[in-house]
This record gives sequence, structure tokens and C-alpha cells, in this order.
Amino acid sequence: MAYSQKVIDHYENPRNVGGFDKNDPSIATGMVGAPACGDVMKLQLKIDANGIIEDAKFKTYGCGSAIASSSLVTEWVKGKSIDEAVLIKNTDIAQELALPPVKIHCSILAEDAIKAAVADYKSKHQQ
Amino acid sequence: MSDIKLPIYLDYSSTTPVDPRVATKMAECLTSDGIFGNPASRSHKFGWVAEEAVDIARSQIAELVNADPREIVFTSGATESNNLAIKGAANFYGKQGKHIITVKTEHKAVLDTCRQLEREGFEVTYLNPEPNGLVDLNKLIDAMRPDTILVSIMHVNNEIGVIQDIAAIGEICRERKILFHVDAAQSTGKVAIDLQSLKVDLMSFSAHKTYGPKGIGALYVSRKPRVRLEAQMHGGGHERGMRSGTMATHQIVGMGEAFHLAKLEMAAENERLMMLRNRLWNGIKDIEAVYINGDMEHRVAGNLNVSFAYVEGESLIMALKDMAVSSGSACTSASLEPSYVLRALGLSDELAHSSIRFTMGRFTTEAEIDYVIGVIRNAIDKLREMSPLWDMYKEGIDLNTVEWAHH
Repeated sequence: MAYSQKVIDHYENPRNVGGFDKNDPSIATGMVGAPACGDVMKLQLKIDANGIIEDAKFKTYGCGSAIASSSLVTEWVKGKSIDEAVLIKNTDIAQELALPPVKIHCSILAEDAIKAAVADYKSKHQQ
Repeated sequence: MSDIKLPIYLDYSSTTPVDPRVATKMAECLTSDGIFGNPASRSHKFGWVAEEAVDIARSQIAELVNADPREIVFTSGATESNNLAIKGAANFYGKQGKHIITVKTEHKAVLDTCRQLEREGFEVTYLNPEPNGLVDLNKLIDAMRPDTILVSIMHVNNEIGVIQDIAAIGEICRERKILFHVDAAQSTGKVAIDLQSLKVDLMSFSAHKTYGPKGIGALYVSRKPRVRLEAQMHGGGHERGMRSGTMATHQIVGMGEAFHLAKLEMAAENERLMMLRNRLWNGIKDIEAVYINGDMEHRVAGNLNVSFAYVEGESLIMALKDMAVSSGSACTSASLEPSYVLRALGLSDELAHSSIRFTMGRFTTEAEIDYVIGVIRNAIDKLREMSPLWDMYKEGIDLNTVEWAHH
């Protein structure tokens, strides 16, 4: 399968690989996917008091497109509010990375990871 | 390192390059100054020399497997041979019974052919192999019925390289008067085959897995005892009516020369490939959570199939971009299922997704293997650094107990 230049760039130089302490109240963690499906994405966001995403880190088990999708998302969410971040659509990710149809699920997973992280943050701050 | 040409080819079970000695022989059968005639032309010299070239090739193929040249039927490849053997035997002997036995780890050319026969009213048992990839003979015997007419089991598996005990299986089948077909596409030139002693009725061959050209194969059809087949390709009655179509002289000559070379060089080549395979395994086996798939003892020399846990196969292949390998990962195929062969061994989806098949061959060098070892080690480090599953493993979390958000 031929990869787009952008996928290769994110795969070879992934941005923001790593993680934060998930017990820190300012940290939102979203983990989506399953090993059996060949993709697991863990996205962590560091969110300030105003609900702005200060920093983002990821770890991904998956194909090159899954790694690229999560790497791209960490760049996109930084500086956005959590309400803006959940508006990121898988189609935007797929378009930016020129993903072929069989890899669209990678972009969906990345979108789900943002939503899961934001949901985690909201549940942490409800109590 | 300067003598290494990139990318490095480590996918010899997928196909092999034509040996230059084979290509030279083939080129002599194409142009007007060569052996271009139709081997079926009986009325002139162009036909006679072409027929002679085909006869020599047929003998060369028969010699590698110790068969009679009259037992060799040329086809377009092992897929066609498998189709001809299984459908041909089922259609001819279908009045005696409707039951066929095969194994879940067979090549698709066998499995899909059996599926087709199921649609035509046959009943097929798909045996599970043992976790090492080998067939338990007692389970085979248990699956046999009075109406079983055919057993089809491959000699060497294309993904994991394990060698089935076709001698023992042949005895079991012959005692019960059940026909035995063997897909030997992956074994010629790798495992000695003696069809005088093996109780095999039908055996499929491919040229391009053994340094011959693509587009040509053969089916061994036993004469003693005589096995009958219903033709699947009708026409001019070539190959004793079993497979019509003008003989592709250059392809046949190429296959003959390739099998001739395989006979001459197999012993030395196996020794060299075993050394290379051990060198590769010794170079990576100390990496944590790395597992070999398939039995290591009953296995062809040039195959190493390894699962690198917590690393997904396609991303690993991307990191191994300077080498040609294949993966059991779903992502390398259009379907989203990981390798059905590895799944049939009982591997988890996760380990099947994490598998890489390295197959070495005639032109693989020690320097290439050393280079590959270094690249693999770096790639595993990098990808595990990025893998949430690796972190969980390191924290002592059993991944089977995690509730995953399937999507």
C-alpha cells in the first residue's frame, strides 16, 4: 500500500509521543480501539482552568495511518477549547492525511479518542 | 554494509526471482531462431524440437520428485493444479462419496475450491491444526468416513513453513482407499520428495516458488494406482486430455531447468538457509515478548515467522521499509481479519496482527541478515515506545482482562 507523504512524515517523526499522569485532575485520558482490531489509541490532554487544551500526548498501537492520525490530532487540539476540540471530524483528518478508503477507520478512531478524552475530563470535573 | 543493495528481498515464499540460468534457457524458446514451435505440431521440425524440449522438462520435473514423466500434467500454476486435482477428483469419484477432508491452514486455492464443491453438494471437513501448525493424525483418522473420497493437505505451509508428515498421512489414506492430494507449491527444492515411496495420488507444483517463471505449474497424477480426473479445461486434448491448451514451451522449459537446479543444489542450499535463519533468530530472540509461530523442528530452512507482541504488523513493515517481508496483520489485506493461518493455530488476534514472515532464499546473504537484525531491533524499540499496549504490559496489566471500546 502506498502511503501519502503526510502519513509517512507523521509516522517517521511522530509529534507528541508520550503521556501524562492520568490521576492529575487537569489531565484528560481517552483510550479507544482494541488489540483484536489492530488499533489502540491513547490520547491525553492537559487542560487549563479555562477549558483550553495546553498540551496533548499520544501513544498508538496500530498501522502507520493510525499513528499518523493520532499524531496529527495532538497538533490540532493544542490551543483549542475542549468544546472546539470535539468538533474535529474524522473527515478532516482523513483529508489532511489523504487516507485511502480502507484507512478511514483510523481517522474515526482519532476522532473518538478526542471525544473519549473530553468525556473523561468532564466526568472528572462533575464531582 | 556497502555491498548491500536495498531494499532487501525476504519474501521468497511469496515468489522467487527466476534464476539467471533458467532465464537463459527460457529465452532460447521464444524467437524465430529459437525453439518457438508448437510442441503439438507433429508435421514439422519446429514442432518436433519443441516437443523434445517439453519432454526434457517433464523428465526434469519428474526426477526432482521421483515420479514417471507421464505422471506430470502441466498447468498454469499451483492454483490451477489444486483446482484440477480437487474438482477433477471430486467430479470423477463423486458417485462413490461426497466427503472431503482438508485443513484450515491450507492455501486459499484449496480452501476456496472446497467451498465451491460444498456449493455443488459435497461435504467438507476443515480440520484444525495443532498449535504448532501440524495435523494430529488421530484427528485426521477420526474425521474419515465411509463416504470420504479425498484428503487434501499441503506439504509445506506458505506462512509458517511447517512440514506436514505426508508419508504417514499417505499411508492412512491408502489403507482406507481415500485419495490423497498434496499441495507442494512451497516444498519443491526445500524438502526431498519421493513419489515412488510416498502414498500420494495427486501433487500440485508451482515453478515460481522454486526460481522458475510465474504462470506455469504442474500436477502429478499417479499412474500406479491409476487416478482418474475429470478435466476442468476442455479443448485440444493436450496432457492426455486432462488439461487442454497449447503448451507454453518457454515456461515449461523454465520450470524444468528450475527443478533440475533445485535437485542439484537443494542439500547445499538448505544448509546455507538454515545458517541464515538461525543467524536471524539469534539476532532477535533476546528481544522481550517475541514468539516464533509454527513448529521449529518440522519446518523448512528459509522460513521464520515471528510475532513481536505489542507492535502492530503493518506499522512494523513500514519501519522495515528497506526490506520486503509480509505480515499476518489485517491491514495488509483488504479484509480486516488477521491471518487465518495464525488464527487457526490459536494465536490471539493481537499476536496475529503482530506477526512478520521472513522467508530467505537463494540470493539472501549473511550481510543482509545482519543489516536486517539491526533495523528490526531499532524498529521494535521505536514502536514499543509509542505503544500503549507495551506500557500496559510493563505495568503488569493483563490485556485480556481489559474491556476494550470496540468500534
